[in-house]
Amino acid sequence: MTNITDLGIAALRDGVAKGEFTATEVATAFNAAVEAAQPALNAFIVTTPEKALEAAARVDADRAAGKPLGTMAGVPIGMKDLFATKGTQTTAASKILEGFTPQYESTVSSKLWDAGAGMLGKLNLDQFAMGSSNETSAFGNVISPWRRPNDTAPLAPGGSSGGSSAAVAARIAPAATGTDTGGSIRQPAALTGISGIKPTYGRCSRWGVVAFASSLDQAGAMAHDVTDCAIMLEAMAGFDPKDSTSLNLPVPEWTAGLSADMRGKKVGIPREYRLDGMDPDVARSWDDGIAWLKDAGAEIVEISLPHTKYALPTYYIIAPAEASSNLARYDGVRYGLRDLPDGAGLQDMYAATRAAGFGPEVKRRIMIGTYVLSAGFYDAYYTQAQKVRTLIARDFTNAFMDVDVILVPTAPSSAFALGEKSADPLEMYLNDVFSVPASLAGLPAMSVPAGLDRNGLPLGLQVIGKAFDEQGVLNASLALEERAQFSARPEKWW
Amino acid sequence: MSEYRIQGATGEWEVVIGLEVHAQVTSNAKLFSGAATAFGAEPNTRVSLVDAAMPGMLPVPNMECIRQAVRTGMAINAQINKWSRFDRKNYFYADLPQGYQISQLYHPIVGEGSIEVQLDEKNPESLKTIGIERIHVEQDAGKLMHDQHPTMSYVDLNRSGVALMEIVSRPDLRSPAEAGAYLSKLRTILRYVGSCDGNMDQGSMRADVNVSVRRPGEPFGTRTETKNVNSVRFVMAVVEQEAKRQVALIEDGGTVVQETRLYDPDRNETRSMRSKEDAHDYRYFPDPDLLPLELDDAFLEACRASLPELPDAKRHRYETALGLSAYNAGVLTADVETARWFEVLLAETAAKAKKSEADVAKQAANWLISELFGALNKLGKGLDNSPVSPAAGAELLALIADGTISGSIAKQVLEKMLETGDGAAAIVEREGLKQTSDTGAIEAAIDAILAANADKVEQYKAGKEALFGFFVGQTMKAMQGKANPGMVNELLKKKLG
Repeated sequence: MTNITDLGIAALRDGVAKGEFTATEVATAFNAAVEAAQPALNAFIVTTPEKALEAAARVDADRAAGKPLGTMAGVPIGMKDLFATKGTQTTAASKILEGFTPQYESTVSSKLWDAGAGMLGKLNLDQFAMGSSNETSAFGNVISPWRRPNDTAPLAPGGSSGGSSAAVAARIAPAATGTDTGGSIRQPAALTGISGIKPTYGRCSRWGVVAFASSLDQAGAMAHDVTDCAIMLEAMAGFDPKDSTSLNLPVPEWTAGLSADMRGKKVGIPREYRLDGMDPDVARSWDDGIAWLKDAGAEIVEISLPHTKYALPTYYIIAPAEASSNLARYDGVRYGLRDLPDGAGLQDMYAATRAAGFGPEVKRRIMIGTYVLSAGFYDAYYTQAQKVRTLIARDFTNAFMDVDVILVPTAPSSAFALGEKSADPLEMYLNDVFSVPASLAGLPAMSVPAGLDRNGLPLGLQVIGKAFDEQGVLNASLALEERAQFSARPEKWW
Repeated sequence: MSEYRIQGATGEWEVVIGLEVHAQVTSNAKLFSGAATAFGAEPNTRVSLVDAAMPGMLPVPNMECIRQAVRTGMAINAQINKWSRFDRKNYFYADLPQGYQISQLYHPIVGEGSIEVQLDEKNPESLKTIGIERIHVEQDAGKLMHDQHPTMSYVDLNRSGVALMEIVSRPDLRSPAEAGAYLSKLRTILRYVGSCDGNMDQGSMRADVNVSVRRPGEPFGTRTETKNVNSVRFVMAVVEQEAKRQVALIEDGGTVVQETRLYDPDRNETRSMRSKEDAHDYRYFPDPDLLPLELDDAFLEACRASLPELPDAKRHRYETALGLSAYNAGVLTADVETARWFEVLLAETAAKAKKSEADVAKQAANWLISELFGALNKLGKGLDNSPVSPAAGAELLALIADGTISGSIAKQVLEKMLETGDGAAAIVEREGLKQTSDTGAIEAAIDAILAANADKVEQYKAGKEALFGFFVGQTMKAMQGKANPGMVNELLKKKLG
């Protein structure tokens, strides 16, 4: 019999339903894998084996009682530590929230528990989801399970959902939640050889998710493959009256609608994404993707998204602007860290608390955001960025009058070593160059593994779809997945 | 044109005033959370996760608050913006959990409107139209309590997130009296509409007073803003004190600095709170947690249909349809509760008399204003806690109308009603106050009085007709006020020949 921890969502759920193994056996196996890997990978900020077992026991009892089981029944997952979990510490990987235990459960996590999933623990991430390598976490770096051949240098699992990507890639969790503001699901998925989808903005409720940049933040699924992502996203999505930006639309049956048949579909290849000095392996992998979709029956069309080059600077104005305001609530007054030096007044308490509580990248973005919103600079930066954002969205709208989906690389390179880019924030920001445009336009986008580069490290391909057309994204991704036949796994060293 | 002038050492100065009124929206729940809004609750018992700005919490607009703002806008004949948007006003303070206030800077829900104020209550012609620039809705902050601990301040978040309307006037006001009249009229309108209870002592309504001075006819001077003034009287005092201060300052060779000031009612003076240099950069930007507010025609129509008769219209109707004097109409419509009370009184009185409301309106209005207000005033009460209901008042008026009691007896009956809470008829019955039309009894009393005052009878007959009143008074006195005055007159005339 195969190892339980090698199985994904569908296989685990079906195995439990058929009685091949119990949900408790599944939870026990993953709890053990988490415990064994935690010292080396540091994928979790807290582990909650008891929560996984409690959920499993409920599923086993329901099954024994002949009750209907949920779509995620018996599947223990990792929960990114940006989702508020009632009674379990929720930190956003920041010292400023260390020890904070919410009295409420985020809508997305509630839906997953309602579907029968259990929680293995709270996954590490870049602090407040700001980062592309997990190096900004206040609770230590997540280490990618992948290594270069004959090299033990620790690699970045991507970010910000780096705990999620590392845990799924290492098979210590069959799936994990992620959040994506400028690529935080897709880039780590690409760097660790797993699948990850960010749905249309508004599909998943933001209620109970620690906010980074409200107009961009969107939860999504990270799992072994396209089917598992579809199952999980279906469980997470749905209208939530508690989130004013939530989409009031029914959730389609994406899993039932999966089809890799691309006949009659047009795939757009935007010329602006073919950058000078592009990594040759990334370029080759993109060409592979084009060939695979053609093989699946799609017509390939070259398109233009003329404002692409402005996406990154636009993103790095809007996201920090919103963050600078969203993070004002961490002030030491009501919860979380309070640093109150002797004789300190209110302003001193704010300064001391925020100086001690926020990491350098968070502070950098708060300062950028404060600057671009300040009197005299607002129009030149924020207003201008909003205009450009509209143009970027219009680029996509125009392109989608012609094509069904767009195919681009997910990230400009494979995984890099820890420390390799952290000295230069701009170089780190460039990691988001392919993922940010879809975020600014609020479009669904997915990364699927496409192969390995010259260093034996995974590369991802990204499918971007029309608003509300997660089905089109999932289907094109499935066509890629079937042809990529990606089966590489990191060699277990932990 | 107001003639109000500050007499400075170097000549006359004109005052220019604009008011920003913060009115708490009447609603059971806060602007963006489901938490209750009742005044006077224990600290921090009216606080939701959203109000406390817990991580991941999101605002959802309470459409009742939006509806109230729209109705208010309609009541001041303002432009209603079908598309508006919420902005964040960013600043740090311990009573502001989010670190920003959700407000509307760039696209307020209500645009330009105006209200008409009467500057002299005796003179219906003394009208002035005051422009209103905008009304926007925003969140209130919490409250700091500095007296709970020797070294620490405590925070009460009950008010945090409560909906406010900020009603911004144009700088159209020119005197303390105009500022007072404007604020009173605005309060009247809000109470009619039901969008704010107008309780200034509970902080439901407070004004930021912008004052500048200039030589008549010259451009505006530099203004100061005195924050959170919480009564009409204080607003008038602020205008007066601040204008005098500015004039003295300028005439001494100084310049007015644009700054925020506070009013100290105990010393009747304003003092500087912070200058423009210390002013916050609020970094306003559209709140990304909220979609633009788009109102459809059906919503607006429902808002309009729900508006009551407004004070100006009601006052006009009282004068024209009911025939009341301008003064009485003004008094009765100045507060919505008075008008409501009067209208019930009027309906009951008309029904009892089987007459039209117009036929009994003057009697009812006069009684309410001259009799009941005075009597309540003596007791330190108002209509809201009057022991006499409109129906009870109508019962009393009916007794006067049908001749059961005289007007002077009615005063006594009203006093007993206020004292005991009993009905007029019951009191009249119990106390034997019924007016007598028994000719025999009245004639006997008259005969006795004429006999006892033979000298006066002579003088009367000699032409001193003014003495007639004396005989009436004596007769009424002898009858303990219960004689039918008409009958007394008639019989006296007959007997005096």
